[in-house]
Amino acid sequence: MATPKSRPRDGYPGRALALILVATVGLVALMFGTGHKTPRLGIDLAGGTSITLTATSKDPSAINKSSMDIAVGIIQQRVNGLGVSEAEVQTQGNNNIIVNIPDGGDQQTAIKQVGDTAKLYFRPVLTFAPSGQPAVDPSASPSAPATGSPSPGASPSSSATGSAATQASPSAGASASASKAGRAVSGALQADPTASAGASTAATPGAAASPGTPADPAATPAPATDPAIAALQQQFAALDCSDPAQRKDLQTDPTKPALACSFQQEDTAVKGQKVWNKFILGPVALNGGDVAKAQAGFDTQQAAGWQVQLSFTDAGSKSFAAVTGQLATQPQPANEFAIVLDGKVVSHPYVQQSITGGNAVISGNFGQEEAKGLANVLSFGALPLDFTKSDVTTVSPQLGGEQLKAGLLAGLIGMILVVIYSLVYYRGLGLVSIAGLLVSASLTYAIMSLLGATIGFALNLPAVCGAIVAIGITADSFIVYFERIRDEVRDGAPLRPAVQRAWPRARRTILVSDFVSFLCAAVLYLVSVGKVQGFAFTLGLTTLLDVVVIFLFTKPLITLLARTKFFSSGHKWSGLDPKRLGARPPIRSSRRRGSAPSAPKEA
Amino acid sequence: MSRFGNIGHRLYQGEISFDFVGRRKLWYSISGVIVLVAAIGLAMGLHLGIEFKGGSVYTVHKPGLSVSQAQDVANKITHDSTAVVQSTDKGDVRIQVSSASGVDASTFTEQLSKELSVPANEVDAQVIGPSWGHEISQKALLGLVIFMVLVTIYLAVAFEWRMAAAALVALIHDLLITIGVYALVGFEVTPGTVIGFLTILGYSLYDTVVVFDTVKENTKGITKQNKRTYSEAANLGLNQTLVRSINTTVVALLPVAALLFIGGGLLGAGTLNDISLALFIGLAAGAYSSICVATPLLAQLKEMTPEMKDLAKRVAARRAADAKAAEQAAGQGEHGDHGEDESGQPAGMVGQRNQPVGRARGKGRPSGKH
Repeated sequence: MATPKSRPRDGYPGRALALILVATVGLVALMFGTGHKTPRLGIDLAGGTSITLTATSKDPSAINKSSMDIAVGIIQQRVNGLGVSEAEVQTQGNNNIIVNIPDGGDQQTAIKQVGDTAKLYFRPVLTFAPSGQPAVDPSASPSAPATGSPSPGASPSSSATGSAATQASPSAGASASASKAGRAVSGALQADPTASAGASTAATPGAAASPGTPADPAATPAPATDPAIAALQQQFAALDCSDPAQRKDLQTDPTKPALACSFQQEDTAVKGQKVWNKFILGPVALNGGDVAKAQAGFDTQQAAGWQVQLSFTDAGSKSFAAVTGQLATQPQPANEFAIVLDGKVVSHPYVQQSITGGNAVISGNFGQEEAKGLANVLSFGALPLDFTKSDVTTVSPQLGGEQLKAGLLAGLIGMILVVIYSLVYYRGLGLVSIAGLLVSASLTYAIMSLLGATIGFALNLPAVCGAIVAIGITADSFIVYFERIRDEVRDGAPLRPAVQRAWPRARRTILVSDFVSFLCAAVLYLVSVGKVQGFAFTLGLTTLLDVVVIFLFTKPLITLLARTKFFSSGHKWSGLDPKRLGARPPIRSSRRRGSAPSAPKEA
Repeated sequence: MSRFGNIGHRLYQGEISFDFVGRRKLWYSISGVIVLVAAIGLAMGLHLGIEFKGGSVYTVHKPGLSVSQAQDVANKITHDSTAVVQSTDKGDVRIQVSSASGVDASTFTEQLSKELSVPANEVDAQVIGPSWGHEISQKALLGLVIFMVLVTIYLAVAFEWRMAAAALVALIHDLLITIGVYALVGFEVTPGTVIGFLTILGYSLYDTVVVFDTVKENTKGITKQNKRTYSEAANLGLNQTLVRSINTTVVALLPVAALLFIGGGLLGAGTLNDISLALFIGLAAGAYSSICVATPLLAQLKEMTPEMKDLAKRVAARRAADAKAAEQAAGQGEHGDHGEDESGQPAGMVGQRNQPVGRARGKGRPSGKH
């Protein structure tokens, strides 16, 4: 160690120590301050269901980031539609999507649905009505058609689109009522089913129709002749979409009419009032595969706000033209077609005219999010991806808790064993390694907790294993350094210089070996999928922390300790007793195997 | 304990020395036999877990539920008798259904919960598509290859290509042994096991790198003297780090053993157990290979270079001369002690051993050594 005069021979160990202690305390304080006191637990520790979906496609280039993102968006939407809270959907690797559903939600349905290809249908609306609406007293909201609540006002813009000129599409006839677009609803309105055939703005929703009170829905739909329809009307009357249990896929046969609930609560004429709508839908006119492309866009020319542009495949265009031609002639609400995802009506715009060019625009008073959401739903069918359930794991909360407990217990036992071993073998120095392990453990814990909140890192079982394995790696760095110091002491060096001389050699060894370990973790993290990734992440993190701890904590601490009498005098319990180590003190080095100074004489 | 510490000291000074490098034929044959057995085991095939074959596993915890009862229910659901029903250590019942049965997992869970009157969310279920395990292992293999290439390049640059080659051989050796044990004993291979295998990579190399580091230090400037051959210097380095290697292995094995004990003992089979079992075998193999395979192999490779051959010749010549001198000295009845010291192998190494260290240490401070 070359030492300029101004600097103490062994540097300023206090500064490094202060730095790491401040950092540790800071991180722990941040952890408590932000309220993320525990790491986020993965499904295997907290209980719940984890589903891995793997995308396959005939066209390999179709599996790319943008299509995977669209798929994630729609799967998220589908899962949320099941009323599962806090479900988590994310991509992993190039072609996998992980769906984590915490314990509590309707997991069985979720498992069933998530892996299925989304069923996206376009069905004509025969009729619809609000259901189970305790909040609204039907009589209370008579305002409907006239009031032109904000939403209806918006919908007309859609009809404007119809003018082929503005849109690239020759005939964007679609209309607005996206799920949000308010429907006037109260029972009072049943007055006028024939209202406004999509023409006038304000009128549109009002027409909507059937009584809010499930009283006599049968009255509404015109073609009540078919016995099947009549049966459906019975069921329709009984259907209460505000009951989550009844909101499921009620479709039976694509060629037959079906019942459905709205995907989410929809606006009513009354501002701020939302309601679950129920529908009777005609046979499937088109399905998701007929959509070639759908995207959300902002219409600047007509100030129509956010809208969704749709284009159909050749076959789709023909069917769509036929259907819209038919629908356009119908009275409200039979001029609407419903976009049905997994049996739920995501949106039901009305049609103003036959749309022949294969392009359509749905507009309304969308927000950006809504427009994108709807576009995602529509594009999903067009995505050339199939998803297969690669791995579905359901862990009961009990098992999760047990695994967590076992992992922690194993960690604790491992730590205690290592502590005992280093105390017995290294005595005083063992205390240093214990302190180092503690610093390392608190840093790891705090960082994991914070990462859970920031990048969504979830501690799973393999990650716990990684952390436990890391105890060994961390302890090994201490051992390498301690052994080097003891080597120097054996050579007869006094402790303070021994600590300094041992450092460069130990440092190199530690850096080289940690580099190899980190390389392993990094490669695994980048290449692997699933559980392996969680393991690699922890291993990499703890390896990095190992370097930090040995540089900023262990080395300075030992430097400081070397100044104390207990260690420098080689106390019996310090672990550095020269006699115990078998060193021959330089004074008595006249023996031939002596230390350095005797060598020249020999020569 | 103190005796053990003392051994550390004596190893360091070269007073006791285990001739690891010299007995390389022994180690090679031991490793050869183990690897051969492992290869035979591998050829017989691994017992792949359901994760690799596809299918589903359900675990039901219901006191008093017997295996035959569960089997009946499972058969009823699948309409055949392909389901494998076992009871676990904890008294749970584990039902494995192959993907060929064609029964949807949710349906199975629902029916199972109905038949056994256990809440559906208390049935632990895992369903794996047949290609998933394939994908995991493929990705793991890809990671393995990338890692090996990178680490070989790194070691070749940081050390030298012979060390990289020796480390790589040791690594493959460890992996083969571990996987071989799995094949022979018939332990189930799961993704958790794959994680364990992969960690062995890092650990095995970690250990080897530490040993090589000392060997490199010990053999610095070795051609400038004629007292020790490369193999002897390498062996000394090995002996000096022996205590560290043992300590490291013990310290690494302790937490893994705890995992194994807790995972296996308290939880029954599971991810914890799978990872720790692979790790335990791999770590033990790694400690053995870094000492008994990697270093002897390195020494062998090194001894084939012209400089080292040259050195070995000079060392032999010098020893012969020393022996002659010693003979003469013995004849004269004087200085026998000294001559023996120079020619006797362990002591000879000790005399030499301060040299490189002295040099490293000499930096920045006046030293009597040159």
